[in-house]
Order: sequence, then C-alpha cells, then structure tokens
Amino acid sequence: MSFTKVSVSALAILAASTVVASARDQLQIAGSSTVLPYATIVAEAFGEQGEFKTPVVEGGGSGAGRAALCKGVGEDTIDIANSSSGIKKSDVETCTANGVTDIMEIRIGYDGIVFASDIAGADFALTPALVFGAIGAKVAKDGALADNAAKTWAEVDATLPAQDILALIPGSKHGTREVFDIKLLEEGCKATGTYDLYLAAAEGADDKEKGANALKACHAVRADGVAVEIDGDYTETLSRLDANKQAVGVFGLSFYENNTDKLKVATVNGVVPATATIADGSYPVSRPLFMYVKKQHIGVIPGLKEYLTFFMSDDMVGPEGKLVEYGLVSDPELAKTQAAIEAEELMAPLQ
Amino acid sequence: MTDITEHALLMPDARTKARNAAERRFRAYGLSAIVIALAALVWLLISIFSAGLPAFQQTFITFPVTLEAATLDKSGKLDIEEMKKVTTIGYGKLIAQAFEAEIAAKGITHEVKPKQLAEMISEQAGAQLRDMVLADPALVGQTITFQALANGRIDGYFKGRVTMETAARDKNTSPEKLALADQLRDAGVVAVKFNTGFLTMSDASDKRPEAAGLGVAIIGSLYMVVIVLFLALPIGVAASVYLEEFAPKNYWTDLIEVNIANLAAVPSIVYGILGLAIFINFAGLPQSAPIVGGLVLTLMTLPRIIIPTRAALKAVPPSIRDAALGVGASKLQTVTHHVLPLAMPGILTGTIIGLAQALGETAPLLLIGMVAFVKDFPGLPPEGLFSPSSALPVQIYNWTQRGDPGFVERASGAIIVLLVFLILMNTAAIILRRKYERRW
Repeated sequence: MSFTKVSVSALAILAASTVVASARDQLQIAGSSTVLPYATIVAEAFGEQGEFKTPVVEGGGSGAGRAALCKGVGEDTIDIANSSSGIKKSDVETCTANGVTDIMEIRIGYDGIVFASDIAGADFALTPALVFGAIGAKVAKDGALADNAAKTWAEVDATLPAQDILALIPGSKHGTREVFDIKLLEEGCKATGTYDLYLAAAEGADDKEKGANALKACHAVRADGVAVEIDGDYTETLSRLDANKQAVGVFGLSFYENNTDKLKVATVNGVVPATATIADGSYPVSRPLFMYVKKQHIGVIPGLKEYLTFFMSDDMVGPEGKLVEYGLVSDPELAKTQAAIEAEELMAPLQ
Repeated sequence: MTDITEHALLMPDARTKARNAAERRFRAYGLSAIVIALAALVWLLISIFSAGLPAFQQTFITFPVTLEAATLDKSGKLDIEEMKKVTTIGYGKLIAQAFEAEIAAKGITHEVKPKQLAEMISEQAGAQLRDMVLADPALVGQTITFQALANGRIDGYFKGRVTMETAARDKNTSPEKLALADQLRDAGVVAVKFNTGFLTMSDASDKRPEAAGLGVAIIGSLYMVVIVLFLALPIGVAASVYLEEFAPKNYWTDLIEVNIANLAAVPSIVYGILGLAIFINFAGLPQSAPIVGGLVLTLMTLPRIIIPTRAALKAVPPSIRDAALGVGASKLQTVTHHVLPLAMPGILTGTIIGLAQALGETAPLLLIGMVAFVKDFPGLPPEGLFSPSSALPVQIYNWTQRGDPGFVERASGAIIVLLVFLILMNTAAIILRRKYERRW
C-alpha cells in the first residue's frame, strides 16, 4: 500500500469521526475516585432500565474531573464532574472563560473518613489531639515547639497501645487529604496548644495572615517515615497494612464497610464511625460529596436530567437506598436537592 | 631427573587449574542468574494463577421462575414498549419470591430472615431476567428454569475467600447465609460451574463483582489491535522500504534514522499525552473510543515495526537485488517481487511482537479516557470504533482499584487472559519465523 492510499484512508477515518462523534447519546462522567464506586453503581442501574445507554464513568481525581468539566461546552466535553471537595473559585473562573456558565451543584451525601488497623491488632481510641501528637511535625513540649520524637502510640498517650507509630495517610492529590488536614490536624494542633506556638512564631502582615500561616504549619506531618503518604487508592493502603500489621491506615467509610472482615476501625472522640453517627454529626471526620453538572448539556445529551433524578432518588441515596447500603451517608436535606434538580437550579456564586 | 608425568599434558599446571576454575565459576554465575530469573517468573505465575484461576469458576443458583403476566405484561398485548416499563427492581422481586418458594419446596430449614434471602442472589439477576424476557416476550406466563449468579460473598465462600469467621465480621453477609448456601448446594440448587460470563459479560459496579466480565475489554482490545495492524503495518513497511531501498544516504535520512530509534525508546505515556492533544483536543475524536486508542498505539508501534522491518530488508543479500536488476527488473519490481517476499517472515515477526506490545500497553490509554467504567458493548465497526470501550490492560488496572475483595480475583483472572493472548501472539511469531526463516 502506498503513502497516498494510507494518508487518504487516515483522512477518511478522521472525516468519518466528526460525523459519528457528533451524535453522542451516552453521558460522560469523570472525577473523584471516592465518588467513582457510587457513580458506577448508579450508572449501571440507570443503564439497565434500557431507556438510555449506561453512562461512561471515569475516575482520575476531583481536580481532574472539574478541570475536564470546565474545558468547554459541547459533545466532546464531559457532562458531570464528581468531586469529593467543593468547587474552587479558580475552577469557576476557568469554566466561565471557556463558556461553561451554567453549573449545577448537587450534594450527593456525606462520606466518612476512618482510621482502621489490622483486624487482629489492638483497639485504638483516637482524638484529633492524639493523631496530631503522633504524626504532627512539631509538637508543643514544655511550652516550646519541639520536633516530634514519639516512637510508640503509648508515648503520645498512655491510653493507646504500646506499638510503633506508623500512619498511612492519603497523599496530597487526594480530596481526602484536605479533610484530614482540616478536621484532624488543625483541630489537634489547636487542642494540643501547638497552634498558639506556631501563631506566636508566624510571619505575616496582619493577624489574619499570621493565623493562616500558623494553620498551614499545622498541616506539616513528620518526615521521619512515621507518617506515610499513600498516593494510590485505598486498596494500596490495605495491602500496606497487610504487610505491616502495626500500621494504622486512613480509609473511606464505604471501603472499610466492604472490608470489615480484615479491618478494625478506630473511634474518634469516642464515636464509632457509621452512617448513623456521621449523619447526626457526632463522628467528626466527614465531608460532603458533590456532582457538578453542566446545565448547558441538559436537553442536548439525552438522559442527563433523568440520570440526575435517578441518582438523587430515594431508592439510591435515601436513608435506605442502594448507595447507603454501600457506605454513603444520606443527606438529611435530600428533598431540597431533589427539588433543586427538578427546577434545574444553578449553584450559588462562590464567596 | 624429575618424573616425566609431572610435565605431561594430562596433568594441568597451576595456571590451567586457575583458568578451569574461573570457567566453572562463570558457568555457576550464569546458571544462578537463570535460576533467579526463572524463580521470579515461577513466583509471579504462581501468585497470579492462584489468585486468578477462581475467576474462571462461578457459583450459580438455578431455580424455576414463573414469569407472571400480571406483573410483567400488564396490558396483556406483549407490547415490547409497554413491557420495558417494568424495571429490573420489578424483576428482582419476582426472582426473590421464586427463590423463597424453591427453598420451601426443597424442605430446607434455615435461619436467614426472609428479607435477606434475596441478597444471596446477585443484583445482576433482575437485569438478566429482564433482558431474557424482552428478547423473547413469548416467555411471559411460562415457568422457566432460571440460572442466576450467586452473590459475590456466597461465591467467595465456595472458593475459600470467605469463611464462617470472616462472614461473622462482614456486614455484607452472615454465617447463616453461608450455612443455607451449603444446604442449597447439597440440594443441587447451588453449583459451581465454569464461568463463560467472565469472558463475555461487561464490567459491573462495586456492588456486583460476581457479574464483572471482560467482554467489553476484549472487544476494545481487538478493535485497537486491528486498527494498529491496518495502519502501522502498511505505514511501517512503506517507510522502511523507502528508507532502505530508495532513499539517498544523506544528512536527512541519517536524522530520520536517529529519530526513529529514539521514538522506539520514548516512554509510552508520552504517546498518550500526544494522543490527547492531537486526536481528542485538536481533531475532536471522542473520549474513551477504541479509534483514539488505536491511533495512539499505532504511533507507539510504528518505530517498533520499522526497526525490525529495516533489519529484515537489510538481511536480504544484495546479490538478489543485483540479479533482479541484471535481468531487467525495475527498482520497484525488484523490491515487490523479490526483496519484500524474502523479508516477509522478519517483517511479520516484528509486526506481531509490536502488536503484542500494543495489546499489553496501559499508560497511553490512561490519558485518553479508556480507564473508565464502560458497561455497554461497543457496536460493530465502523461506528463501534467511536463508541466508548475498555481494553484488557486498563480493565486490570481498573479492577485492582475496586474496594470489593471479589475484584482481586477478577483482576488476576484478567491478567491470565491477557497472558494467554500474549503467549498466542508470541508463539505465532516464533512459528512464522521458524517456518519461513531463510539463511543466506
């Protein structure tokens, strides 16, 4: 075959593609790997009803999903971004610049973040202060900042087991890390008095900036191999935990609930993580999960609104819905979200 | 006078002994290197096969289901559009009732709550039965023997993944359910059989690992390999023939040669970035489609085909060309009638090995949206090339990230399938080479 023939056929394929590609009848969804299992469960059930095709759901992370959503309007861009953290101002700006002006924000429900150790290991009763005391880079010691030198949990607090500290925490690319930083490290930093010491030493033009810098300093974890950042998925954390039975890992509630035969969960502030305790707010480490929807695609891509209605129906995310069985914490304000989808309400402008 | 035997050739002197010892040591090093490599391979295979072989077996629950017209066809007209309104949940209820009735009919006593009985059957069953009825509406009103997949935990129990102890700690199942499963097996309702669904069914969500199959991934991989074959082979051979037979040897061809060698060594993820920029962002091809995957893999495979093809062309002795030209053949005739046919075994071998590499490639596909949950089968080509699809290596990657332990087995099973395909392709390459190889 000659060059001409090859290039002609290649061109023909490209030409055909524009014809075929202009008729997308399948939803494209991307984003958070925490939301991914929920989204696939819904997508599967949605496609099974036969009315629409099964949506294609991609992982890739919350930030990547929102970036893909903001790439523009049209059939070659995704319809929904799953996100385990709220949309950022910079995302909205990119969106607006690319013509994605109408975004709907849908809160799916809540996800709990739990500490778990090997099923045969010791029990852990943690608090933010204890977590910070174990893995914070610097701790308050005799009224001054000192490098954290605790080797065993018992050295942090006598109530904890006398085993070596090894915490497998989510890496910084995970949306989970943000919640971990805010709900555990910052709280623990304040509770142990380390925050005040950081604040006293903080640099900044005014008190506000100093406070922000001190909080940022609180996010620092030990670099001596005691706090291991896991950039992979929870399955990686689980296999690390399998290899080293001394370790304590951070998981999503749904992941833990599907591996209860291998993992033992730790209490935080004395509360056992469960959908009920997260819903009533007594378990402190949880976060909302979102879908960001390109409203401009409703009516263009078949099934978009139907998918949203199906996703947020009581059968799926209600207190006894399928996703709650899998580990999602149902949103007490579900009815409000359902009404908002019906009315196709746009998200409120960010502060 | 010294003894003559001390100087005989038969008696090695100190230097010879040292040299012999060095050789023995060298052989021992070589042997241990091979032993280490083999041990690593055996270890890998054992771990993959022990984890993956169970994926080819699946637990099925077989029982009669009466397809009541009252629930499935309310209008009574066997109108497909009307019947489509009955959701999988409706079918699920029908299956649950039939399952309960079957347990009662077999006279089995158990401690599972009636509400939890249905949890022993895969959630896939509703969809399976619905598809069956919609494909053949005449079934409505009849009682059929229905073979449903068992829930992943029940399946795990028969495969040894789930035990009574772990079940007691597991909120997704209970020892009572496992005890009932044992009884049902003795009654012949539950059986472990060969799992064709693993090769034919599409991916499934985290809630039903038992229903996850490689169907979409195999089709996607097949489409991509065919695209690579149809694009990379002609382009690669044309480029090699031109460079080897027609192009003048100058600065430019040297530059091209260096670049081709370089491209062959470029990490494959780079081709993914290139593909994202050119095929998706610029040309507007759809995400997750085999056509994009195929084009990206074509780019990646091209240098890997060109290099062995050029080597094969070089290996054809110049005397063949001289003889052809001598009897009056044109340059083109020389190439197409003599050089190419003689180089063909080498070209085919290179192509097959290039295709095998393309089949196992994951990294470039990550960037073009192939690592997605794709449930629907792509259509036939050419439209099917543009609809979302998965591929074997990314399906493996995908399954290793799932939370349900059932997917560990699936991922290893998928590795076995991929290995089988690779072995087949590489064997074909070796057979072709052996059969048609010519020595000059």
